Amino acid sequence: MDIVYTLWLRNVKRYIRSRSRMLGSLGMPLFFLLMLGFGLNSVVSIPGFDQGYIGFIIPGIVAMSVLFTSIFSGIQIIWDKQFGFLKETLVAPVSRMEIMIGQTFGGATIAFIQGMIILVISLFLGNHIASFAGFLIAFTFMIMIGLSFTALGIAIASRMEDMHGFQLIMNFLILPVFGLSGAVFPIDNLPPWLKSITLFDPLTYGVEGIRYGLLGVSHVNPVVSCTILGAFMLIMFVTGAYLFKKVKI
Amino acid sequence: MNAIDVDRLTKKFNSLTAVDNVSFSIVTGEVFGLLGPNGAGKTTIISMLATLLDRTSGKAFVNGFDISREQDAVRKSIGIVFQDQSLDEELTAYENMDFHGRLYRIPKEIRRDKSLELLKLVELDDRKDDLVKTYSGGMRRRLEIARGLLHEPRILFLDEPTLGLDPQTRNHLWEYIRRLNRDNRVTIILTTHYMEEADALCDTLAIIDRGKIIVQDTPDNLKDAIGGDMLVIESPDSSRLKSELNGFNWAKDVRIHNHTVYVNLMHAEKHIIEIVNLSGKRGIEINSVSIHKPTLQDVFLHYTGRTIRDEEASAKDQVRMRRFRRNR
Repeated sequence: MDIVYTLWLRNVKRYIRSRSRMLGSLGMPLFFLLMLGFGLNSVVSIPGFDQGYIGFIIPGIVAMSVLFTSIFSGIQIIWDKQFGFLKETLVAPVSRMEIMIGQTFGGATIAFIQGMIILVISLFLGNHIASFAGFLIAFTFMIMIGLSFTALGIAIASRMEDMHGFQLIMNFLILPVFGLSGAVFPIDNLPPWLKSITLFDPLTYGVEGIRYGLLGVSHVNPVVSCTILGAFMLIMFVTGAYLFKKVKI
Repeated sequence: MNAIDVDRLTKKFNSLTAVDNVSFSIVTGEVFGLLGPNGAGKTTIISMLATLLDRTSGKAFVNGFDISREQDAVRKSIGIVFQDQSLDEELTAYENMDFHGRLYRIPKEIRRDKSLELLKLVELDDRKDDLVKTYSGGMRRRLEIARGLLHEPRILFLDEPTLGLDPQTRNHLWEYIRRLNRDNRVTIILTTHYMEEADALCDTLAIIDRGKIIVQDTPDNLKDAIGGDMLVIESPDSSRLKSELNGFNWAKDVRIHNHTVYVNLMHAEKHIIEIVNLSGKRGIEINSVSIHKPTLQDVFLHYTGRTIRDEEASAKDQVRMRRFRRNR
């Protein structure tokens, strides 16, 4: 466990030290929140959600912040590969599993903090706290999103030699996962074919879970969300651990 | 017990045999050098011994532990300083040490005391709380050596420890390495392609070329085996000069390399006149003549027919090929 803690500590220390990274990854979610939120608040009203459009997308933007940060944190391993630091951990008498768990927890922690920052900002934008229990539910889903996508990032990084494929991941993985998740639109009113696509997106269940926690209403039953996201988390974790075990340096 | 026993170790990358049936032993307490050009397979051998790379065939024991079956025991026995930097630049020197200590499960107090002690040894104690990214190349190297010693390994691997360092820092590091070996009784295995480094540091030397160990002995024995003097003659007409020289029975060994004739002989100063007179008579132009005692450079040339510099050029191509293959 101390090995897991060691790797977690390193990740968190690096995060706290790098303010530009912290601010940089807040930029996009804040931009979305303010632009879409204020831009569409007066013209869009979603049946069943009485907090207005801005209230509707806050859970989505929180999920977005966690998603982006966690995938990037996982992919950070490529830097460790390129700058040689990964060798230092791999040659130590510790199992790869411990390293992988430590990295995943570290990345998820950072992603959670980034999500929290958005959540706190949203309080100033009129987000009302439904209940304390609701907050805990939202936290749980944020952590699950963080763990899942950090593990996915590690899985990707284990197979990549350098950062050249980064644009590919950005355009064909992160953006579609975010865009199709129902973070910024209600999935109930979509044409059936599009709705079935969104139901294949694991982030949909994360967004719906957070939404249920913060607003008390959601399109997908929170138990279903929790089960599906949990299963996805498990699959990502096993995949990440398996691929990381095979990393060659 | 030997510190390291290697028995017919082989590593293949697809069709390229990087390490070919290599066997050697390293006596506990010595400084053992693997000397060879880049791409000769030195780093591959080190990586296999450090359990970072699987072997294709053969066996090896480090501190008595099998590298393929007892990886954790091997990892606990060794410290390693990689050829490429492996520090976290966003952390301070002390944090890098602390991270290492935690990975090796060293208890808190010992970890702290030992880290400070080692940072003092490599003269970085006054900069210990600075981020590594502000360090110079030499300082990073020293930090890496200090870190590699934190868990008190019995065996320390140094892969090209002074690559890219200025001469002053290099001498400094040599001094550390000698002291470590002498005072802390750490067995050291180092790879290098610097002849002087191998000569200055190693008790035993294995010359490696194209994945094979060509010869292994003490640096002095290797040079003595060549014996006498080396006469180096630069001439535009080197091949004719060589055939003329072959006629003398005092010329033990005559080789041409890049229009330069290398003659191994006894009492070179006695024969210089003879050679110059002969060349004058036959109309062979000579640009320069020099004499030196055999160096490891000559040893390398003697056993491989090439200098270590030629090898560098072709090795680069090989490395490029390997990169290419790996990326596919």
